[in-house]
Amino acid sequence: MATMSELYQTVILDHNRAPRNYRPMPEANRDAEGFNPLCGDRVHVWLRLSEDGRTIDDVSFQGDGCAISKASSSIMTQTVKGKSVEEARALFAEFHDVVTGRADAARGKMAVFAGVSAFPMRVKCASLGWHALRAALDERAPEQVVSTE
Amino acid sequence: MATAAPARAAAPAALDVDAVRADFPILGTTMHGRPLVYLDSAASSQKPRQVLDAERRFYETSYANIHRGVYELSARATEAYDAARATMARFLGAAHAHEVVFTRGTTESINLVAQGFVRPRLRPGDEIVFTALEHHSNIVPWQLVAEAAGAVLRVAPVTAAGEIELDALDALLGRRTRLLAVAHVSNALGTVNPLARIIELAHAKGVPVLVDGAQAAPHLPLDVAALGADFFACSSHKMYGPTGIGVLYGREEHLEAMAPVQGGGDMIASVTFERSTWAPLPARLEAGTPHIAGAVGLGAAAEYVERLGREAIAAHEHELLAYATERLSAIRGVRIVGTAPRKASVLSFVMDAVHPHDVGTVLDTQGICIRAGHHCAQPLMARLGVVATARASFAAYNTRAEVDALADGVERARELFA
Repeated sequence: MATMSELYQTVILDHNRAPRNYRPMPEANRDAEGFNPLCGDRVHVWLRLSEDGRTIDDVSFQGDGCAISKASSSIMTQTVKGKSVEEARALFAEFHDVVTGRADAARGKMAVFAGVSAFPMRVKCASLGWHALRAALDERAPEQVVSTE
Repeated sequence: MATAAPARAAAPAALDVDAVRADFPILGTTMHGRPLVYLDSAASSQKPRQVLDAERRFYETSYANIHRGVYELSARATEAYDAARATMARFLGAAHAHEVVFTRGTTESINLVAQGFVRPRLRPGDEIVFTALEHHSNIVPWQLVAEAAGAVLRVAPVTAAGEIELDALDALLGRRTRLLAVAHVSNALGTVNPLARIIELAHAKGVPVLVDGAQAAPHLPLDVAALGADFFACSSHKMYGPTGIGVLYGREEHLEAMAPVQGGGDMIASVTFERSTWAPLPARLEAGTPHIAGAVGLGAAAEYVERLGREAIAAHEHELLAYATERLSAIRGVRIVGTAPRKASVLSFVMDAVHPHDVGTVLDTQGICIRAGHHCAQPLMARLGVVATARASFAAYNTRAEVDALADGVERARELFA
């Protein structure tokens, strides 16, 4: 069992208080909503992909959720902004391995979520924004609601 | 809320909480290196030795299938099963033991009434009324039957404090109403609904009433016959009994008029390949080998609650609720959700800067178990304008020291997220 401060690291508390890229994006060409039916948390993710559809030029989100889901979505937007779609998908896989305890370390700020693996009930919170990102990348219909697994 | 009154001295000191706690083995354990503080009994209560021992003893000395063998052991098992039914009839205030049907729990009890009693009577345009504070298990079964029959659902509103608006409810009850479904105690807010008055309103219009008694059974004295409830559903696991068992009380004439929902062994009088005739109540509504040991455990749980005394339990929990309300209200940024004058055992709250899940996790790291979420009452949460709440709920075994631990933990959460 990790301690409380291992889960709620300063970076997470900061992103919860002041989430980055926290706005709707009228000029988005992709978007999706993630919904966790167990707790009612919602995250809406907007994307603007490059003309060839291969790069994430811009990304933003808004939603109702706990500190873990909000901070994770916020750091997700910072992590994938400017990346290729393929890189973003690989980053999600990497992130998922970290929060489920299958990998010890992750690149950049994603590393602050390593403590989540000790709180299995919170893995879905941490990955909600990422699931919404993937739904948007998969070009599911806008406004389509996806659930975490 | 009164200030630091010496509530301990003022309480009707009938419940020996230390002795009660000693009956629950799990309460002596630790969680994350701290003494376990279990404040989620509204989701499911912990189990006393008396219940665990009764089940074990039954398996070790009296177990066989019921209503089957000519041998002594089967007769003994049947007697134990029937005795549990008689205990539940007494516990609920039923006039007859055969008015008590064993089910898997409240959810199955409500679905049984929906499919066996309401559905065959439902015509297009008929109405089913329930209230805005119902648990999903007292909403979804009605949606299923209404959709199948082309019937209409009507929802009685609640106030911002979490009380049913009785005038509005009364106005919804009419000629086409086939059933009113209402919780005795709200699982999300703790509101104790004025059941006698509500049943009176419904009966005045000839509407039968199903009571979701899941949250009431472990907390309040019950008398279904005096209340005039037509159906009353409750679960064993919320009243110190095992999981997977519960009961449906139904007035004899209603149960007699019900169609079996499940067919199988034990519910028939005779079977040919063409047709079957039904066994008398209650076996008709209990197809297949039931959860026999679970029923025995539930009977032991009911006896345990009766021995502690429901008035004493209610008084103890009320004192804890009042104290917890006072402690949490004093923490900056905490808002109590559900402020009806009559409440039982449940304290729901939200915090300005802390999401309920984070409150739950912070408390978990201190060994304190509370529920965070929508409490299977999403429409109610929407009505009250919250996505989720944190909910502490109390049982006979909880103490003021545990309320203090809760309040200190909530204060810590506030500081962490400030």
